[in-house]
Amino acid sequence: MNNISSIIKLKDITYFYPGSTKKVLDHLDLEINPGDRIGMMAPNGSGKTTLLHTIMGLCKPASGTIAIFGKVLTQERDFLPVRSKIGLLFQDSDDQLFCPTVLDDVAFGPLNLGFSQKDAGDIARNTLEKLGILSFEHSITHRLSGGQKRLVALAAVLAMAPEVLLLDEPTAGLDNTVKNTLIHILNGLDISYFVISHEFDFVKAVTDKIYSMENGRILTDNDIHIHRHEHVHKYGKQPHSHK
Amino acid sequence: MIEEKFASGQSLIHQLDPKIRILTSIVLSVATALCDHLYLAGIYFLISIGLILMAGLNGMDVLKRLKPLFWFLLMIWIILPLSFDGETMVRLYGLKLTAPGVILCCKITIKSITILLIFTALIATMTIASLGNGLHRIHVPDKMVFLLLMSYRYISVIESEYKRLLRAAKFRGFTPKTNLHSYKTYAYLAGMLFVRASVRAERVYQAMLCRGFNQKFHTLDVYPSNRLNSKFLTGISVASLSLVIIEIFWV
Repeated sequence: MNNISSIIKLKDITYFYPGSTKKVLDHLDLEINPGDRIGMMAPNGSGKTTLLHTIMGLCKPASGTIAIFGKVLTQERDFLPVRSKIGLLFQDSDDQLFCPTVLDDVAFGPLNLGFSQKDAGDIARNTLEKLGILSFEHSITHRLSGGQKRLVALAAVLAMAPEVLLLDEPTAGLDNTVKNTLIHILNGLDISYFVISHEFDFVKAVTDKIYSMENGRILTDNDIHIHRHEHVHKYGKQPHSHK
Repeated sequence: MIEEKFASGQSLIHQLDPKIRILTSIVLSVATALCDHLYLAGIYFLISIGLILMAGLNGMDVLKRLKPLFWFLLMIWIILPLSFDGETMVRLYGLKLTAPGVILCCKITIKSITILLIFTALIATMTIASLGNGLHRIHVPDKMVFLLLMSYRYISVIESEYKRLLRAAKFRGFTPKTNLHSYKTYAYLAGMLFVRASVRAERVYQAMLCRGFNQKFHTLDVYPSNRLNSKFLTGISVASLSLVIIEIFWV
């Protein structure tokens, strides 16, 4: 595969938590190419969220290179322009929605990108309409339900027209109706994405390949083969191998 | 949960630009606070009643909003007439009520109610979002506007976090009593709340960075220029100014 065409390319990334000597990411390599729809299923604490934050430049790795759109990024300054091209959906929507009303929040990204008030408002409304939640336009953000917040947060990310989406457990705490809505929305998108989730059915419904993580490294689907079978042992819900 | 009960409406006041409403409320309340004459304070009071009527607010609801103020005023009415120096007005069971004390109480009562009514009519009739927008446009520093908007957004999140912690403590058999263990538990709760709030603040900031935040505050609201705005601002300013002049030269 041509390296220059990859959207995100992590090479040899090592990351420690501040004040700790345990490697969360250990010489990790990851490549996301246009059109990729990758799922990531791994146990809690294996460094999935850290991985996403490293891609966004929110966690500074101790070693290794991060290349996004073929450009190696090292400083905070380098990350600024690419952040709008990568949409990160946070685990907790309350972290992401900080404006008083839904429309303000969805328009926040476009306004930062320099769109005029009118254009930003139009973009926000269009995005809400695409996700079928235009009726929330004037709702007060903190009064929405968990599922509504998740959809609005997704709209907020999509309003910036990213080229790749990183989703951090998008289904956590949601009921089946919202989950199905999410599946429908994700399958309708024409951009690449990388989904972290614990839910096999969801990952299977929205992705083409499934990765896992172990000891700070990524196991690609050549190494793992996820399937469902009856279980009694303790790792039944998590990716595992039988020897 | 913060209710914005008065924020929706179609009255004359609701149609005014938030900026204008903030400015007029500042002008009027400063003039009221500086006024030192009982009858003139009465005129300000009538103006504030007029504004409440213009905003079309429910009288009972407005009275409910004034309730905390009434407790404060009650305290003043108990203390001041008895303790203020001056000519004795009434003697009651060996206690002296002084005339200047009673007059001062009247002034404080009228002025404080007036100022609160002005703010209810002009400021409480807009959403926090519009208030932030208005403050931004009268050049209040962005940091302060952000502080207001963020507090409004996250106060309920922090409240629910506090409730969750308290519930978790209660489920493990915690019953508040007057002892060291209870105080310690509450101190832990408060400490934990601070820790969580600061961790959340960091995550919110990261989320803002991810969406291209560059320390600038943009807003969507556009208020069409309305001829009412300038008329209202001029009217209120002229009224306050003339009352101030009357007080200085004639009273």
